[in-house]
Formats: sequence, C-alpha cells, structure tokens
Amino acid sequence: MIVRFFHQMGSPRYFYGVAGKMIPWFMVGFLVTLLLGIYYGLFVAPADYQQGESYRIMYIHVPAAWMSMFIYVVMAVSGLISLVWRIKMTEVMVISSATVGASFTFLALATGSLWGKPMWGTWWVWDARLTAELLLLFLYLGIIALHSAIEDKRVAARAVSILALVGVVNIPIIHYSVEWWNTLHQPASVTKLGKPSMDMSMLAPLLIMAISFKLYYGAVVLMRARAEIVERERNSRWVMEMVEQEAK
Amino acid sequence: MSEFFAMGGYAVYVWPSFLLALIILVANIVAPMRQRKKVITDIARKIRRARKEPT
Amino acid sequence: MSTLSLTSAFTLLLKRDLVLAYRRRAEMVNPMLFFVLVTAMFPLGIGNDPKLIEAVGPGVVWVAALLAALLSLDSMFRSDFDDGSLEQFMLSAHPVSILVLAKVLAHWLVTGLPLFVVAPLLAVLLNVPSSAIPTLMLTLVLGTPVLSLIGSVGVALTVGLRRGGVILSLLVLPLYVPVLIFATDAVKTAIVGIPTTAQLSILSAMLVGSLVLAPMATAASLRISLS
Repeated sequence: MIVRFFHQMGSPRYFYGVAGKMIPWFMVGFLVTLLLGIYYGLFVAPADYQQGESYRIMYIHVPAAWMSMFIYVVMAVSGLISLVWRIKMTEVMVISSATVGASFTFLALATGSLWGKPMWGTWWVWDARLTAELLLLFLYLGIIALHSAIEDKRVAARAVSILALVGVVNIPIIHYSVEWWNTLHQPASVTKLGKPSMDMSMLAPLLIMAISFKLYYGAVVLMRARAEIVERERNSRWVMEMVEQEAK
Repeated sequence: MSEFFAMGGYAVYVWPSFLLALIILVANIVAPMRQRKKVITDIARKIRRARKEPT
Repeated sequence: MSTLSLTSAFTLLLKRDLVLAYRRRAEMVNPMLFFVLVTAMFPLGIGNDPKLIEAVGPGVVWVAALLAALLSLDSMFRSDFDDGSLEQFMLSAHPVSILVLAKVLAHWLVTGLPLFVVAPLLAVLLNVPSSAIPTLMLTLVLGTPVLSLIGSVGVALTVGLRRGGVILSLLVLPLYVPVLIFATDAVKTAIVGIPTTAQLSILSAMLVGSLVLAPMATAASLRISLS
C-alpha cells in the first residue's frame, strides 16, 4: 500500500489534490501549537535569572535556526531523490523549500542580533553560530538566484538540486571551520551563549515552538509546491479543467 | 498589565522580534497564495482568448 | 580508430588547454595584476600604520587570492561552451569527471600558479614577516587548487547563463570560507612562530577531498546545464 501511495504521489495531479487536502491540517496544527508555544513562552515561563525577560526572544530565534538547518537538509535529500529517480514532485519540493528556508534563516539572524544587543551590547557579534547562520543564508540565496536565472524550470530544478547537495556536504565543514575560527578570536568579554541547562518550564515552550514551525513548514512548502505545479503544468488538460471550474 | 509589556525593560528587543517573526510567517503564507492565483487567472485569460477566436 | 586510453585522453586535453592558454599569454597576467592591485588597495584604505597592516596582512593576501581565483573561474568552460567543444567532451567514452579534472588542472596551472609567483612580493608589501612567507606559499599551493575545484562546480552550473558571473560568486564564495579560514590562520600562527601542522593538514585534507568529489559534481552539473 505504501509503495502505491508514493507511486501515485509522483503524478502532479494526484500530488496537487493530496497537497490541497493536507494544507488545512498542517495550518490548524501550526496555529494551535503556535498559540500554545507563545502563551507558555511569554506568560508562563519564568524570567531568566541572568538575562531577565530578554531571553524570551529565544522562543523565536532557536526554533528558526533549527528550521533553517532542517529545511536545508530536507531540500538536499529531495534534491538527491529528484536527481537519482528524476521524480518531478521532489524537484518541485526543492525549490518550494528554498524561500521558506531563507526566510527562517533571515529570521534567525534578525532575532539573533536583536537578542545580542541587550546581551552583548552590539547588533552584530561575529559569534560562531551567527556567522555560520549568515553563511547558510548565502547558500540559500545562491540556490534561489540560480533557480530564477535558469529559464527552463526542469533544468533549473536539477541544477539547484546539485547545488543543494554540494551545499549540504559543505555545511559541516563550514560549521567546523567557523567554530575553529571563532575559538581563536574569542573575545573574553563575550558571555558564551551556551545551551543553558533549562528546566522544563523554559524548555517546553521551545519544543512546542519547534513543532509549530515544522507544521508551518509543512503547510507553506505544500502551498508553494501547488503554485509551482500549476505553473509547470499550465498546458496540461487537468489544469485547464481545474481553472475552468475555479473560474465559474 | 503594563509591566508585562515592558518585558523587564527589554520590550524594545522582545516585541520587534516577535513582530518580525509574525511578518515573515504571514508573508510566506500570502506569497504562494497570490502566486497561485496569478497563474490561474493567467491561464483562465488564455483559455477565454483561445475560445473567442479558435485558430 | 584505436580508442584513446584514459590517461592519454587526459594528457591530450590538458596539453590542448595549456596550448590555448599559452597562445593568449597576455591573459595569464590578468589574475596576477588583479591580485596585486586588490592587495595594494587595502593599505590605502586602512592607512599606513605598520602594526595595523601587519595584523591584517595574511587575511588581505588570502581574500585577494580568493577574489582573483573567483574572477578567473569564468574562463574555465566559457570558450569551450561557446564553440561547442564542451558538448564533444561530454559525448566522449571516457568518464567526464576525469576530463573535467584535466580542464580544472589546466585552469589552475594558468590562473592559480601565477598567484603563487607574485605572493612573496605582496607579503613584503603588507609587511608579513619573511619567516611566514614559506607558510604563505605553502597555503597558496594547497589552497588555490581547492578554489579551482570548488569553483568548477559553480562554473558548470552557471555555464549556460548569459550573465552567470554574479551568481557564480554568490554560489561559490560561501564554499570558499573554510579554505580562507584555515589558510589565513596557518599564516597567522606561522608569524607567531607556532608550528602550523594542524592547519596545513586540514588544508591538504580539503584538497584531497575536493580533488575526489568536485569533478563528479562538476560532471553532473555540466550534463544538466548542457541538457
């Protein structure tokens, strides 16, 4: 049964329909967990003894940073599948994830610097994690730029898949070298923003927010995939029929 | 209630980051919707034009 | 006709590219001039305080080498793509990644090596102490091939585009960061006199790694961009 499911998912029309049905579920799940996470994060979780209330930015910054890494890996895996098995739908997934991933990376950077200002006194600190996140943003922008530069969308998708694979191989190397580089110039005054050992009341909202961002990603990537499919299959019959129905 | 919004003096950092998050999350939902709508209206217009003067 | 063995195909392609480059010898000077020019710009921007320049020296030399390599990347496949010989290579019976390796080696000999020649002059320009110059040369010898290899993947992806140059730098520069970090760090520790085996071994690991992986990625990218 599973094989049949994946086999059917290969056809754009079937994928379009299934995605259409799944999006509302993802969206509802996202909204519920988001409200829950924000409620716990802002109201219930106690203030941090050292950072006071400013640590609450963590509830956006950390899940966004996790998502930026998670989405890049998902993109690389779907890139690999689309290169090896030439499945059109995974190609669509690669480019649909790129913009969401880039926005999460940007969000992680922005909230990181907003959090850094009260903590370290400046908007930008060449901290190892923030620098690695900045490079990850450039990788995402490279992927988006390459995809928009190539006219033929099939060629573009496969070129972008290769770039995502090359990128994912380089991410650990970049992280390791940035860590090495950072420990060399570690200014003594920077309080190492290590993973604070948090008790449950602080950790729970973080996990809820992480789950809610994942559901959000599920919804948005499927929405972008549907838009991409309609764009790609604009000449096929089923799109014409669908457009006529929708036009009525 | 007002001291809640003060966020222990860090309001100017906490609220903008939540606001920015909201903006980015909403933008990423609206963009694909609008894009899909644009493509569909574009196709609809082509169909109508094709039907009006069948080649 | 007797099919060429792989090694002779490799050397044939290498010789062809070197002869082509030799015919346009003047162009070989361009990366060097760019390298010297960019390095000379920094003291003009920073000011002539020797201590400041010395602190920045290795980083500036390596960023300039990076930009020179990036600038010269475009010529790797461009001429072959325009006259269609790139398609001929792709159709050959031999594994494309080996042929790509030949082209990258030729490109490195033509553009990477000249940087190596002019580096001591720039080290003196940025008053990098002469004790560190051998390490600087070593990092250049180990680093510039990695730049050409990783760059070849980016070039292969953007070879079909009319204005691929800007995108090429966006794709490739983030991947150059590890080389930049370890090479500059090697020179900095050499200045202080600490042995630099750690950095140099990591650089050579990167060289060997990209030597094996990059041609495969480039071959796949070429197949896609030419499809």
